[in-house]
Amino acid sequence: MSVTNSHNRDANVADATLPQRRAAMAVLAKATAADIARGLSHVGSDVAFTDARPAEIGLVMLRGRIGGGGAPFNIGETTVTRAAVRLASGETGFGYVLGRDREKARLAALCDALWQIDAKRQPVEDHIIAPLRQQQRERRALARAQTAATRVDFFTLVRGEDER
Amino acid sequence: MYVTVKGGERAIDNAHALLADKRRGDRDVAELSLAQIDNQLALGVDRVMSEGSLYDRELAALALKQARGDMVEAIFLLRAYRTTLPRFGASAPVETGAMDIRRRISATFKDLPGGQVLGPTFDYTHRLLDHTLTEQSDVPAAATAPTDETAFRSVADLLAGSGLIEGDAEPAGEVGDLTREPLSFPAGRDLRLQNLARGDEGFLLALAYSTQRGFGRNHPFAGEIRYGEVEVEFFAEDAGFTVPLGTVAITECQMVNQFTGTATQAPRFTRGYGIAFGQSERKSMAMALVDRALRARELGEEAGSPAQDEEFVLSHSDNVQATGFVEHLKLPHYVDFQAELGLLRQLQAEFFERGTETPEGSSKETPMQDAAE
Repeated sequence: MSVTNSHNRDANVADATLPQRRAAMAVLAKATAADIARGLSHVGSDVAFTDARPAEIGLVMLRGRIGGGGAPFNIGETTVTRAAVRLASGETGFGYVLGRDREKARLAALCDALWQIDAKRQPVEDHIIAPLRQQQRERRALARAQTAATRVDFFTLVRGEDER
Repeated sequence: MYVTVKGGERAIDNAHALLADKRRGDRDVAELSLAQIDNQLALGVDRVMSEGSLYDRELAALALKQARGDMVEAIFLLRAYRTTLPRFGASAPVETGAMDIRRRISATFKDLPGGQVLGPTFDYTHRLLDHTLTEQSDVPAAATAPTDETAFRSVADLLAGSGLIEGDAEPAGEVGDLTREPLSFPAGRDLRLQNLARGDEGFLLALAYSTQRGFGRNHPFAGEIRYGEVEVEFFAEDAGFTVPLGTVAITECQMVNQFTGTATQAPRFTRGYGIAFGQSERKSMAMALVDRALRARELGEEAGSPAQDEEFVLSHSDNVQATGFVEHLKLPHYVDFQAELGLLRQLQAEFFERGTETPEGSSKETPMQDAAE
């Protein structure tokens, strides 16, 4: 079946850390490869890993909802790059990112794998995710503030004679 | 039967080299970068992505550069590119209600939760050429204002609570995909919207305009137009859970149209829906009007106008198909034409033979002769 019930399927992954892991993946997906690499350099490169899935560029059909909230329909496709890495200790990390940056997908996968190691999670959060999240928040805050400056303040011009 | 005629290879090679030369233009003028196109011709990039049916700003910018600014050619390039890639699957439906808003206006309610924010718009400009842009401009940063966290509730939501507007259709079965199955008629609304979302802006604009001028009138109001970023999520089979992919920019239009009711259903407003990649306001508005027009039969309206004719609209909305068929006329048709010419000579010979026997056969200037010249 389609992905319309994807969140239900997530219930199969009985892992309390999943929301936090997904939040980290969301930050990585919006970052640049260079920024992720810079963060990774602070976490340490003492972990051996192999490419479980070499980075691959493909398409994902973007779906919307009829009328904004109804049945799903296909709007059009987007480019997506995915990769998976396996650590020597057994964890598999996944990188799924919009666009065609293979290096970014691979680095995101490596971050996701490291994140799953208890001893590495906090360093990954502190040195990679947190600074990127902050950067993204600031960008979003600026865009929202610029948007807010274009808010319309309506006022009504009273015409004719009011009976007071 | 096809007869192959060979030749022209050198001419073609040189023509393509000349094209590359002309595309680059005067070498003393700086070459355009893709980042420049993406940033400074952003709405052109948005249109190429929408009608190319592929969200990728850099590829759309490349297509525009390669096509020398020819939109339909750029759209064609993007469509061709997508066929080279595997498809991983379909995203979870994007939630436009949770959009990170960059523009949101309503022509029906002025006081909406979240307010009306104009964002970067051509509206209320005077459409006078700005000669300061002729030279390099020094543009100050845009103004900012404190934000409030009020959610931008949609107009459809507000009206729905009061029972004054129709709701959204419930999910029903598989989602149709016209890139996998050829379109057949009647088409479900999911397929119609997919077709319109990749349809030619000019074609949809003209059809939408025709409904306003009386060819399928349905009395529209722009209930809401919103533009901003939406999160994209995808169920990754290998990971076993839904992964976030990032955000895409989307424009959505909710058109509120004249009411219908039935014996069992109180009269209420109906809606048309439009959506497009990037900031594509005209496209999404036109799409919403045409979507509503195509619902004529479903809503029990008289359906005699072009915009209400599903087969006419959906079969001619795609500018890649349209340009392919129109432009193929310039490719060599020598053998076809020779056959027609042979037939015509025979018809003329017969005509003149008869002409010598009848008094009216004196005129030798015939329309057919003109056409063959």
